[in-house]
Amino acid sequence: MAFGPHLLLAALEGLVTSAVLALTALGLSLVFGVMRVVNVAHGEFYMLGAVIAWWVASLVGGHPAVGFLAALVISPLIVGVIAFAAERLVLARLSYSPEATIVATIGMLYILQQAALSLYGPEARPVPPPFNYRILLPWFGYSGYKLSVVVASALLLLATWYVLAKTRIGLVMRATQYDRETAQAFGIPVGQVYAGVFALGAMLAAVAAVLIVPISQAHYLMGHDPLLLSFIVVIIGGLGSLRGTVVAAVAIGMADGIISVFFSPTLAKIIATLLVALVLVFRPQGLFGETAR
Amino acid sequence: MAAVTPLLTTTGLKKVFGGLTAVDAVDFAVMPGEIRAVIGPNGAGKTTFVSLICGRLPPSSGEIRFDGRDITGLPAHRRVRLGIAYTFQITSVFANLSVYDNVALAVQRTAADRRWTGSLRDGVMSALSRTGLAGRAQERAGALAYGHQRLLEVAMGLALRPRLLILDEPTQGLSDGEIESFTDLVREIAQDATVLLIEHNMPVVMALAHRITVLDAGKVLAEGSPEEIRANAAVQAAYLGATAA
Amino acid sequence: MKPVNTPARPLILHGAVIAVLFALNFLLPDYHHGVLARVMVLAVFAMGYNLLFGYTGLLSLGHAMFFAAGLYGAALPMVHLEWSALSSFGTGIAAGALLALAVSLLALRTTGVAFMIVTMMFAQVAYLLTLYFGEWTRGDEGLVIPQPQRHIALPGLDLDLTSPTTRYMTALVLFSAVLLATLAIVRSGFGRVLVAIRENEERTRLLGFDVFANKLAAVTLSGAICAAAGATYAILFGYAGATFASIQYSILPLLWVLLGGAATTLGPLIGVLLMYYLVDASGPLLEQYLPGWKLSSLGIVGVSLVLLVLFFPKGILGTVRERWVKWLP
Repeated sequence: MAFGPHLLLAALEGLVTSAVLALTALGLSLVFGVMRVVNVAHGEFYMLGAVIAWWVASLVGGHPAVGFLAALVISPLIVGVIAFAAERLVLARLSYSPEATIVATIGMLYILQQAALSLYGPEARPVPPPFNYRILLPWFGYSGYKLSVVVASALLLLATWYVLAKTRIGLVMRATQYDRETAQAFGIPVGQVYAGVFALGAMLAAVAAVLIVPISQAHYLMGHDPLLLSFIVVIIGGLGSLRGTVVAAVAIGMADGIISVFFSPTLAKIIATLLVALVLVFRPQGLFGETAR
Repeated sequence: MAAVTPLLTTTGLKKVFGGLTAVDAVDFAVMPGEIRAVIGPNGAGKTTFVSLICGRLPPSSGEIRFDGRDITGLPAHRRVRLGIAYTFQITSVFANLSVYDNVALAVQRTAADRRWTGSLRDGVMSALSRTGLAGRAQERAGALAYGHQRLLEVAMGLALRPRLLILDEPTQGLSDGEIESFTDLVREIAQDATVLLIEHNMPVVMALAHRITVLDAGKVLAEGSPEEIRANAAVQAAYLGATAA
Repeated sequence: MKPVNTPARPLILHGAVIAVLFALNFLLPDYHHGVLARVMVLAVFAMGYNLLFGYTGLLSLGHAMFFAAGLYGAALPMVHLEWSALSSFGTGIAAGALLALAVSLLALRTTGVAFMIVTMMFAQVAYLLTLYFGEWTRGDEGLVIPQPQRHIALPGLDLDLTSPTTRYMTALVLFSAVLLATLAIVRSGFGRVLVAIRENEERTRLLGFDVFANKLAAVTLSGAICAAAGATYAILFGYAGATFASIQYSILPLLWVLLGGAATTLGPLIGVLLMYYLVDASGPLLEQYLPGWKLSSLGIVGVSLVLLVLFFPKGILGTVRERWVKWLP
């Protein structure tokens, strides 16, 4: 393949990565923004989303689209319930101290990962895509499903933005983020808002995973990379900033897609991680973000 | 008399937070051995002003000289080593450390700077005796009564062997009896250190201060002996009339 | 009232712990003898971590990089340059101390959550580098140090580090040295400043201390101690693999220290010992009662972390100190 088409392919792959990454990172960013909790277990919610999607799809027979759509609804819901329970049972009892919550979410990471290993096993399993349509470009054919992932992610991002910016739920969340005590004084059930935010964050990761699982298979260790990339996105985009998160996700996803086509993935990861660490050192509010409160 | 140079001077000292000028072009001088009170209504910029002197905040413009040396750009910890000690308005002793260790931190600093040559224990115990805390050396600082925590703050300040001791609202929250012994303590400290006192309690100010500087809205409104300040109509209007009547 | 004066009691306690460990060399059956040698080396790792996390109050999520710096700093010259064990031990510590100094110059510009993430990312870079330079490190597979090289040649004495007793005693010497050094640091003026920084940075600064310089010293010292553990591990057990640089080995010292008691000198040993046997004992039990569940030690690590932070945040010795033995250092 010539350089131009090769680059186009890389860019398309990058776009898919960006779309899924934006959803995942938004979940992490939301939890940090509202609760000031760094959720190290975020990648495991992503993994759970994929694994449960496989489970649901394998239970539902018939056309692959039926199983997939069932998974798209059920899997995030189950993950949301698990996250809600984890927040109520663990994080809420730690008074959201930064050190204690980070240690607790590290614990959750291993618990969820090992639970998946026990119940799901070490195999990597695919979920069949809801449709198989190849878009024929002059140089190569490209999976229609992959492009639909981009569209679906964009719609979900818009929906999330709408909820955050335009609805009462979003208002309550912002009030809680802005000033916890005052929100409480105004009768906002802060504890439930926190649990809801934590669940929503996890569900965003889960829905991203359901979208990606027909492309890359479900595996109990698959949460590691999304966690790291989400961290990178949230740091570059500014902690707790929605717009910055999306912009950064697109930048990182495209860069990741393009770089990994042309360079050794390990070297790309080394350079990316190092650069992001330096961003955090020298510009802790991120490159795009508003100043973190 | 004329040969004596000020220990501390500020020239055109200014601090702006966002749009608010908290300290506005303050020219200020303290003579060695003096007890100087800085008073003013809430929000007058008193704490900001002393925070600039001790280096907790960087000034927006202006100059600070200590003992003839320009210290405007010096970090806080270096100023402490030159002999500027600050006791906090909000008590911030190390609650989980013993009373002894709290003061030992100050003594080991002066020992490292060779401004204290005795043993650590002697340095700690002398500061504790002067503040009447010697019997509580092994107690956890956080377990002390509030008045004793304030005294511990002062003991830590003393143990730094300062040439300039800044006391930020030291009598806040103390009982009348505690205030009286505190006043005696400050007089005693002033025998070998210059004292800069921020205080709301006017009887304490009048009893202790050699001179008083009145700040209002970040500017020096008046300066003079306690009698002069008492007689100053502008001060009465801005401050005394409102609170001490 | 006081049977022994206060400063002497901790010395006696620590002396007794070392004496017991020495005696155990002659009493333990082979298996536990080998375990304890390993536990002592890992306890040094935990003590290095504790100096920073427990005493200075800086939560690093990247200490695997310092352990790995010691591990590879010793193993690489031994395998590729055929250096002696003793000089490789030196290069291991030097590598760890230098890395810690460089990392802390950057990471200490941040605080709180950002510090945790920055350290984690630097450690991730270090881990990826061990994979990237797989030609020399042999990545996950790891380097095996040839048996003939694993000895210490001293004038008139040749210590064979593949013999269990020599190995145990070498581990004990390192452990004792670091334990006593930690005790000395904690009781020194420097140690007092570190605790003061943990409790209230601003107040410490206004007592005339350069907070940044003291933190820098703490990270460097902590890194050097962890590297000493890594170098010793490579030399005594003859193996250096990339797993030791992975995030898991940044989490383990945190867990050990939390379990044993942060900011206690003996907590790290207790934490490592308990965790080792907990994982060791739970394996067969789980296999017996939940066959086919393929549960690994990581699940136990996870459950322990959550339970500790929820119900037992001061750890074993931290609680003992709070309730009963106030003088415990």
